[in-house]
Amino acid sequence: MTKTINLTLKVWRQKNAGDKGKFETCQARNISTDMSFLEMLDVVNEGLTVDGKEPIAFDHDCREGICGMCGTVVNGRAHGPEKGTTLCQLHMRHFDDGDTIAIEPWRARAFKVLKDLVVDRSALDGIIQAGGYISVNAGGAQDANNLPVPQDKADKAMDAAQCIGCGACVASCPNASAMLFAGAKISHLALLPQGRPEAAKRAWAMVKAMDALGFGNCTNERECEAECPKEISIVNIARMNREYYKAGFFSGEKN
Amino acid sequence: MQLDSKVPGGPIQDKWDKHRFDLKLVNPANKRKYKVIVVGTGLGGGAAAASLAELGYNVLNFCIQDSPRRAHSIAAQGGINAAKNYQNDGDSIWRLFYDTVKGGDFRARESNVYRLAQVSTEIIDQCVAQGVPFAREYGGLLDNRSFGGAQVSRTFYARGQTGQQLLLGAYASLSRQIAAGKVKMFSRREMLDVVTVDERARGIVVRNLVTGEIEKYAADAVVLATGGYGNVFFLSTNAMASNVTATYRAYKKGACFANPCFTQIHPTCIPVHGDYQSKLTLMSESLRNDGRVWVPREPGDKRPPNEIPESERDYYLERKYPSFGNLVPRDVASRNAKEQCDQGKGVGETGYAVYLDFADAIERDGKAVIEKKYGNLFQMYEKITAQNPYEVPMMIYPAVHYTMGGLWVDYNLMSTVPGMYVLGEANFSDHGANRLGASALMQGLADGYFVIPYTIGDFLATAGTNDVTADHPAFTESEDAVKAQATKLLSINGKRTVDDFHKELGHIMWEYCGMARNAEGLRKAQGLIQKLRAEFWENVLVPGEEKDLNQSLERAGRVADFLEFGELMVIDALHREESCGGHFREEYQTEENEAKRDDENFCYVAAWEYKGDDEAPVLNKEPLEFENVKLTQRSYK
Ligand SMILES: Cc1cc2nc3c(=O)[nH]c(=O)nc-3n(C[C@H](O)[C@H](O)[C@H](O)COP(=O)(O)OP(=O)(O)OC[C@H]3O[C@@H](n4cnc5c(N)ncnc54)[C@H](O)[C@@H]3O)c2cc1C
Ligand code: FES
Repeated sequence: MTKTINLTLKVWRQKNAGDKGKFETCQARNISTDMSFLEMLDVVNEGLTVDGKEPIAFDHDCREGICGMCGTVVNGRAHGPEKGTTLCQLHMRHFDDGDTIAIEPWRARAFKVLKDLVVDRSALDGIIQAGGYISVNAGGAQDANNLPVPQDKADKAMDAAQCIGCGACVASCPNASAMLFAGAKISHLALLPQGRPEAAKRAWAMVKAMDALGFGNCTNERECEAECPKEISIVNIARMNREYYKAGFFSGEKN
Repeated sequence: MQLDSKVPGGPIQDKWDKHRFDLKLVNPANKRKYKVIVVGTGLGGGAAAASLAELGYNVLNFCIQDSPRRAHSIAAQGGINAAKNYQNDGDSIWRLFYDTVKGGDFRARESNVYRLAQVSTEIIDQCVAQGVPFAREYGGLLDNRSFGGAQVSRTFYARGQTGQQLLLGAYASLSRQIAAGKVKMFSRREMLDVVTVDERARGIVVRNLVTGEIEKYAADAVVLATGGYGNVFFLSTNAMASNVTATYRAYKKGACFANPCFTQIHPTCIPVHGDYQSKLTLMSESLRNDGRVWVPREPGDKRPPNEIPESERDYYLERKYPSFGNLVPRDVASRNAKEQCDQGKGVGETGYAVYLDFADAIERDGKAVIEKKYGNLFQMYEKITAQNPYEVPMMIYPAVHYTMGGLWVDYNLMSTVPGMYVLGEANFSDHGANRLGASALMQGLADGYFVIPYTIGDFLATAGTNDVTADHPAFTESEDAVKAQATKLLSINGKRTVDDFHKELGHIMWEYCGMARNAEGLRKAQGLIQKLRAEFWENVLVPGEEKDLNQSLERAGRVADFLEFGELMVIDALHREESCGGHFREEYQTEENEAKRDDENFCYVAAWEYKGDDEAPVLNKEPLEFENVKLTQRSYK
């Protein structure tokens, strides 16, 4: 049933990357429980604007859980309390009247806060640029059905490929590691026959890039898996490690 | 203006091959001397930027989001068409061509559509080679599903996330070229103007969305792949940043805008439920493969769906269109839903919804099979509505989804501004008055991977490098205009927020230029838009600063353009005194309430030319000739 609730928000406000930033309190009144979390923020922002204040900056685009643009830490949890849900798909029916909600940006060494809840996640693009692709140019590909892929392999590849690159894994990891993100891409491609020729090289290059871009190491905390809105499994990290060690021991990729 | 579509001669099957042979080439060593700007990183822009860089061109690529991987294409769910005929069910290039021309209600250019069908098969090959994890059958071969407007299974898919997987494929290729130094990526940039000198596109002016600085970039050619303008309706299935700004500002610089009134209302979306709502969510059309659409037979029947017996339900699509049933094209399905609701048979709290019921499919195939096909869509539905579609039928209603109109382009995808190309949803070319499901992804990738790499070379080889740099007065002039607009928006300091204006515009457009239109309503809308626009420039409230990350200012600029563009849509809808595809003029319908075309008088592309802020736009016509598909009244019975 739809009802309306009143909430107190403690929101991280930060003018720009150079500013120190602090929590500020504001009220969210008459919030319909059918609203999404971002629609609740829209309502708050409309109010702030009319009151002559600056609205809260936050990233978002598709608002249907697929672009990976949204994401903040809500009450200490990346994308809030619901499992397998992005912030834009989190609905206010999961909150109670009178709740206080703390909202802050992703925090990680590799992600710089740009303003309020908006962070710079370009380091994730950097990991992909290091090798998260199959080296084929447009044109010249053989007929698609010349390369059968066992259904279970295709399914597993798809499970990994679903990553939306939001950065929740990094934000929830005590070491700010991007292993789940990189592991998902490495697994997606390594599971497919098309991706095998470069599998070792790819794993080696992407792991090196992660270190260089300032992401931490994996110490098996499993927070990433718990908070991933697409429920990507940490099996992918194990798979990445296998590819990485293969690259290190058996081939010349480390050079 | 004389529109020259540059369609090559000869039989339709040979046009593209012959044309590719006739196009001038840039020799491999010379390609590195050219710089190309690509605006957009969706399927059109991402594929184009990657492919042009692979060929050796230097590419500057721009997008609004923080990463090229987040372009709106990421949200496409259902699938991508290709005439592979892997199912052996009678598909062919010719049939895909035919279905698309007919689906578009004979308002697309035949030669472009044929080429699209031709290259469709290469797209699938390319994507598989990139590692796109398409759905497969047990034997390991690619699986297909059916989509509306077709009687064959030619849609390739990756669960309910086809757009995501295709875009990540293009993004991977793009990333490889960024790493190779051939593409320079500029994210969080919004293009606010195209610069032209001596009738050639010379570059663009963008706002850096983090610092607020205005930046200028010159190049030898400019490619726009900036997506559709569905957000003119405020509520649509488009991503929040989808805009008309890039194409509209190009229009103001001389690019004709074609068929702006051709918009697509998608039949299966989650119904509107409150006035705070920020966007509408699509439920993929693929659901119509297994879901059955119905309403209660009697108006006002408010019983819960499971208490309404079979005999008191009306499966109206199956009844009215026995051969296509639930798979009629989108415009037909949408109009029928509206008609049922207007008769008082709509369901749900608002009465603006119809059921999409999976009970029969679940009984026939088992829950596991349905879950495998649509699991993530069902989950998404439940997250939003808190209802379980495995147990109660989904409720759906049409919503704005796609825009067939766009910048006019010739066969080479060049606009009326030499050196400026337009790809993907941003151009008008392939879908006529109605797009069939699963063919936007196909078109974006066709344009980006397989058309622009050939056609742009011909222009560069002929026109040579651009000697106008970003210091040229034309760039400065454009920069000044862009800055002046931002300053003005911030200084008005009125009483109404940007969203407030946007919502009102959306209401006007939906009410008078939506699923059904008539002359009287359109005239009224034109007046309302003019009034709203005048008020906007006196009473909008845009907080924050210019040289800062300022999301209100970003939106204000987009809404300012929507307020002008909305009027152009209305003008176009008013002038087209016929019904075709998604453009349904109530005055022009058959006895069975289907769209009634007027081929005698309206078998043309309407390409509008900007003449100044206070002048009416000028209509240019590109006549459409149908030599291969016979002009007939569309029928899906
Ligand atoms: C929910 C949904 C589901 C869909 N499902 C399907 C489907 O199953 N099958 C199908 O075929 N089609 C589907 N479509 C349609 C299809 O997704 C789109 O038409 C297509 O992806 C558009 O691609 P594009 O490359 O033209 O533009 P987009 O993907 O919209 O990309 C636009 C790009 O331009 C950039 N941009 C825009 N404006 C500016 C500016 N001013 N300055 C700088 N950059 C700018 C953006 O940042 C972005 O990178 C669906 C659409 C929606 C909304
Ligand atoms: S806004 Fe796209 S995932 Fe949330």
